[in-house]
Amino acid sequence: MIDETFDAIVVGAGMSGNACALTLAQRGLKVLQLERGEYAGSKNVQGAILYADMLEKLVPDFREDAPLERHVLEQRFWMMDDTSHMGMHYRSDDFNEARPNRYTIIRAQFDKWLSRKAQEAGVTLLCETTATELIQDAYGRVIGVRTDRTGGIVHADVVVLAEGVNGLLGSRAGLRAVPKAEQVALAVKEMHFLPSETIDARFNLKENEGVVIEAAGTLSKGMTGMAFLYTNKESISVGLGCLVSDFRDGQETPYGLLEAFKRHPSIAPLLAGSEVKEYAAHLIPEGGYRAVPQLYGDGWLVVGDAAQFNNAIHREGSNLAMTTGRLAAEAIFQIKSRREPCTKANLALYKTMVEESFVMKDLKKYKDMPALLHTQSRNFFLTYPELMSKAAQNFLRVDGTPKIDKEKATWRSFVQRRSWPGLIGDAFRLARAWR
Amino acid sequence: MSDAPISDAPTSEAPGTPAKPAPAKPVPARPAGGRAGMKKELPEHFKAYKHVWVFIEIERGQVHPVSWELMGEGRKLADKLGCELAGVVAGPPGEATRAAAAEAFCYGADLVYLCEDPLLTHYRNETYTRALTDIVNAYKPEILLLGATTLGRDLAGSVATTLLTGLTADCTELDVDPDKSLGATRPTFGGSLLCTIYTLNYRPQMATIRPRVMSMPERVERPVGRVIPHVLGMAEDDIVTKILSFIPDRDAAQANLAYADVVVAGGLGLQSAENFQLVRNLASVLGAEFGGSRPLVQKGWITSDRQIGQTGKTIRPKLYIAAGISGAIQHRVGVEGADLIVAINTDPNAPIFDFAHVGIVADAIRLLPALTEAFRRRLSPHSRDRLAG
Amino acid sequence: MHIVVCLKQVPDSAQIRVHPVTNTIMRQGVPTVINPYDLFALEEALRLRDAHGGQVTVLTMGPPMASDSLRKALAYGADRAVLLTDRFFAGSDTLATSFALSAAIAKVSQTFGAPDIVFTGKQTIDGDTAQVGPGIAKRLDLLQLTYVARIAELDLAGRSITVERRAEGGVQVLRTRLPCLITMLEGTNEMRRGSMADALRAARAEVVTWSAADAGIEDLTKCGLRGSPTVVKRVFAPAARAETAQMVPPAERDAAASAEVLIDALFTRAPALEADLARLAAGY
Ligand SMILES: Cc1cc2nc3c(=O)[nH]c(=O)nc-3n(C[C@H](O)[C@H](O)[C@H](O)COP(=O)(O)OP(=O)(O)OC[C@H]3O[C@@H](n4cnc5c(N)ncnc54)[C@H](O)[C@@H]3O)c2cc1C
Ligand SMILES: Cc1cc2nc3c(=O)[nH]c(=O)nc-3n(C[C@H](O)[C@H](O)[C@H](O)COP(=O)(O)OP(=O)(O)OC[C@H]3O[C@@H](n4cnc5c(N)ncnc54)[C@H](O)[C@@H]3O)c2cc1C
Ligand SMILES: Nc1ncnc2c1ncn2[C@@H]1O[C@H](COP(=O)(O)O)[C@@H](O)[C@H]1O
Repeated sequence: MIDETFDAIVVGAGMSGNACALTLAQRGLKVLQLERGEYAGSKNVQGAILYADMLEKLVPDFREDAPLERHVLEQRFWMMDDTSHMGMHYRSDDFNEARPNRYTIIRAQFDKWLSRKAQEAGVTLLCETTATELIQDAYGRVIGVRTDRTGGIVHADVVVLAEGVNGLLGSRAGLRAVPKAEQVALAVKEMHFLPSETIDARFNLKENEGVVIEAAGTLSKGMTGMAFLYTNKESISVGLGCLVSDFRDGQETPYGLLEAFKRHPSIAPLLAGSEVKEYAAHLIPEGGYRAVPQLYGDGWLVVGDAAQFNNAIHREGSNLAMTTGRLAAEAIFQIKSRREPCTKANLALYKTMVEESFVMKDLKKYKDMPALLHTQSRNFFLTYPELMSKAAQNFLRVDGTPKIDKEKATWRSFVQRRSWPGLIGDAFRLARAWR
Repeated sequence: MSDAPISDAPTSEAPGTPAKPAPAKPVPARPAGGRAGMKKELPEHFKAYKHVWVFIEIERGQVHPVSWELMGEGRKLADKLGCELAGVVAGPPGEATRAAAAEAFCYGADLVYLCEDPLLTHYRNETYTRALTDIVNAYKPEILLLGATTLGRDLAGSVATTLLTGLTADCTELDVDPDKSLGATRPTFGGSLLCTIYTLNYRPQMATIRPRVMSMPERVERPVGRVIPHVLGMAEDDIVTKILSFIPDRDAAQANLAYADVVVAGGLGLQSAENFQLVRNLASVLGAEFGGSRPLVQKGWITSDRQIGQTGKTIRPKLYIAAGISGAIQHRVGVEGADLIVAINTDPNAPIFDFAHVGIVADAIRLLPALTEAFRRRLSPHSRDRLAG
Repeated sequence: MHIVVCLKQVPDSAQIRVHPVTNTIMRQGVPTVINPYDLFALEEALRLRDAHGGQVTVLTMGPPMASDSLRKALAYGADRAVLLTDRFFAGSDTLATSFALSAAIAKVSQTFGAPDIVFTGKQTIDGDTAQVGPGIAKRLDLLQLTYVARIAELDLAGRSITVERRAEGGVQVLRTRLPCLITMLEGTNEMRRGSMADALRAARAEVVTWSAADAGIEDLTKCGLRGSPTVVKRVFAPAARAETAQMVPPAERDAAASAEVLIDALFTRAPALEADLARLAAGY
């Protein structure tokens, strides 16, 4: 056992843990951070889009030395069937601004950088150290953690669980439920390496400009899921995720779906000739508002993915993680500056802060989306993409059929497949969940 | 060999790398990456260094085959340079050492430097470094080649440091430039890359070469030629390190992997130590050696001297059968010299199919016993007789 | 007892990529690790320290970032870390590296006490030369024991050491005097996991950082690119084999039939093979 007591122990050195540890240390608190990976970020997986605003709150001048790949100039949303894609692109030179809003990053490098900032601020980081158990006193208050190293018990006034979506520590201690299969997506991701000039040419980019493609449709074989393709400097991240429950109940494998996606005629040319060097799989919390667990208790807080803070519709997670990590640190700092203990009652402050932030507001807005997409997944991910694609082809082919007949045929195809009540119902449900 | 070879390459971005220092001598027209593009202007006192030498490695009376492979390669270099090829033979006085010297001529030597002394009975760094350094200082070779064996690398490192010259380790290819300097090519970064290295402004140019990468030259019966004797000039009392004993590898087959004609190997795809027996069975029917990928060593399924690849053995068999091996670059560099590579793997996208000659997408655990049976039948004298009849 | 272990921070070779057009290294994001071979040297040193008392100093020459590897070594249990870093060292080949490291070891010896043993790994995975160890031995006039598989006996009072050294075709048992330099063979031990106290100490420890001048190096012409007789002229990717594997169609659910088809394909492709194999199989 270690004699020293810390103000706070942060478990995990991902987005939320680093944000929390950094903020605590910046406020002068004595922080011990534990990370099971070889280094911060060694095992972390993200698409990955970084949202600048939330990072600016932690490291205002991050653009000077953070390992950023490209800033996002263009966004493409693709609805795909097996041979086509139909898309909406938004590209604007306004995104070529001095302080761009979104960047692609590579987590292994980014996390290492952010972690270095935290260490420079005074955080003591121990890598290759897994927290195995929360230590509770006779009253059930969390007073420290046990680690997998010999002599590995450490005490602190508060423990922040920033352990990511798996969150074994929290669930083992009964502080949070193990997420259900319908509440987490399994995502797989590959890095395809290409010279930066090739990427520039294929995506019509220059210098550090980047493109994001988000795709949905028949690629998920009727399951709730999406695929993505992001440009980095010298690589392309391509991946796809579907709900764990869908994989469990169906025949498809994540790897099989990704292979099919990469072979899609709209995607294959973008990746041609690349060298695949990394293959990763990771869970994403997708339960949304209704899946958020108890956020605090006597001597503990939970932040980031471990608290299901993830906006699946907008594919935001890292920003919610950074924000909740920072808010947790601020709450702890306020309590500590009042020289009060980190009791459950005092830590409720954290929940109030999260509720006032965009984090909870966004999650609340989409609270019905996860359930809707899940129950209607065949329609949204299989039927509609196919119908839309046919409609577009019908519209574009010039073959002597009068336009009026074409339109009628298209409508007929929609009604046949989904029926009028079905169509109206889908539109209504979608609008309500979105609102 | 450059310790950080890549930091010399034009893309260098090793933190703290300074701007390329100005070359010591004026640079001729052609611009190139830093010093690498420099004209090799040899200092006057090195101009006396002539001829190509090969160190002939003898352990317990046996010449290591790599020495003959190097004689073949050395002959080519000497012919290009229009100079002589010499063998350096060091060993205890007696039949075996003499025979090695005589043999050197049959493999193409023009002359042999011979150092015979009882202190050279077994390899020790102190005695051998002294012998080789003295011979080099006395007779000044331009190029000195050694096998990249445990002996060769132990010796070359100390000799090069004593002579304060460059040494390129573990080469796979040698050539001389039009300006007569030695370009030694070797794998780096675990075989993912190759680099060509020069020794500028120093002599001799030293290199160690991997066994089995150069082909064995044909042996031609020739009389013993010029032999230049050298006296070691040490006494046992001068030597600090004592050899207490030598334990030969009990399993004689161990050392043969590198020289086997047929090798059967297994990888993690075999899924258990028990299944590795299937590899052994096939090897035994084929009279072959068996080996495996590195993870099998780490799991304790096979001993480390059976490991094939970058950090294991380089093999050059006529037939190599790889079952359940993915074909990572570190494995690939150890087997690429095989004449015929056969891969059995369940994954049609396994990288091993990129360099195998013949591949089959199949479950090795089921295919290996069938293959063993089929080979047994087809190779048995009985069935062959019938075929002939 | 004082032991110095030289270790190097290297890029994880498995993740190096080559730019397909310019044939240059794409270093972006390639993580670094302690040269895996050096861990065997470090563990052996720690074991000797645990058995005989004393201290282990780890030493590396490299960019400032290399302190990460030193810290990791401290977390495994090393007592002290020294980083030799200076832009004059950039581009060092093995001769220049062994020069700089031996100067640093001499300085370590003055500052923290003379080492009884200097350890290096067998070789690095980026350079793979296995020369730096012998180079240091020669320069510091230490007795050289390469490819050591086991340390059989260490007699500190009698200043002698007995080791088993891997040689071609067998193992030499050698006895020599201290101080000596040992390059440790891979697979000879398994790196321990440091305790929580070690990990904490490492996270906070000061890494002793020396420039060339700090290490007492005056002759800079012996360092870095200038002190390196060898020069890398060209780096390139191995030529890809033009032809791809001839794929033999497996027989559906019938291993025996697949085996026959495979053997036919082999013998068709290499007609001499059948006779060779028959000879081998018969045991000639
Ligand atoms: C394929 C994919 C694509 C994504 N794309 C995006 C995107 O484009 N934009 C976006 O904003 N978000 C994206 N996300 C979501 C985002 O990655 C997460 O929301 C974010 O990483 C959450 O941060 P975190 O700190 O909570 O968890 P993590 O980043 O997962 O960090 C948890 C850390 O804790 C460590 N740890 C866990 N248990 C222990 C323990 N017991 N002891 C010690 N250490 C422990 C882990 O090793 C890890 O380092 C994506 C996710 C995936 C999987
Ligand atoms: C510094 C360094 C040095 C290294 N040196 C070496 C070295 O010298 N030698 C070496 O081999 N490796 C070396 N490696 C390791 C190397 O990178 C690979 O990890 C290793 O070669 C993989 O071994 P494998 O092919 O057995 O296992 P895997 O990569 O796991 O491959 C197993 C393969 O078996 C297939 N398979 C699965 N089931 C079956 C079945 N039933 N039938 C048939 N096929 C099946 C799979 O499709 C897969 O392709 C080194 C690595 C490093 C970092
Ligand atoms: N820059 C360095 N710093 C410290 N030790 C080194 C360095 N380079 C090589 N070594 C040591 O020398 C051994 C052999 O390296 P090499 O000759 O490059 O294969 C390594 O295993 C290390 O122990």
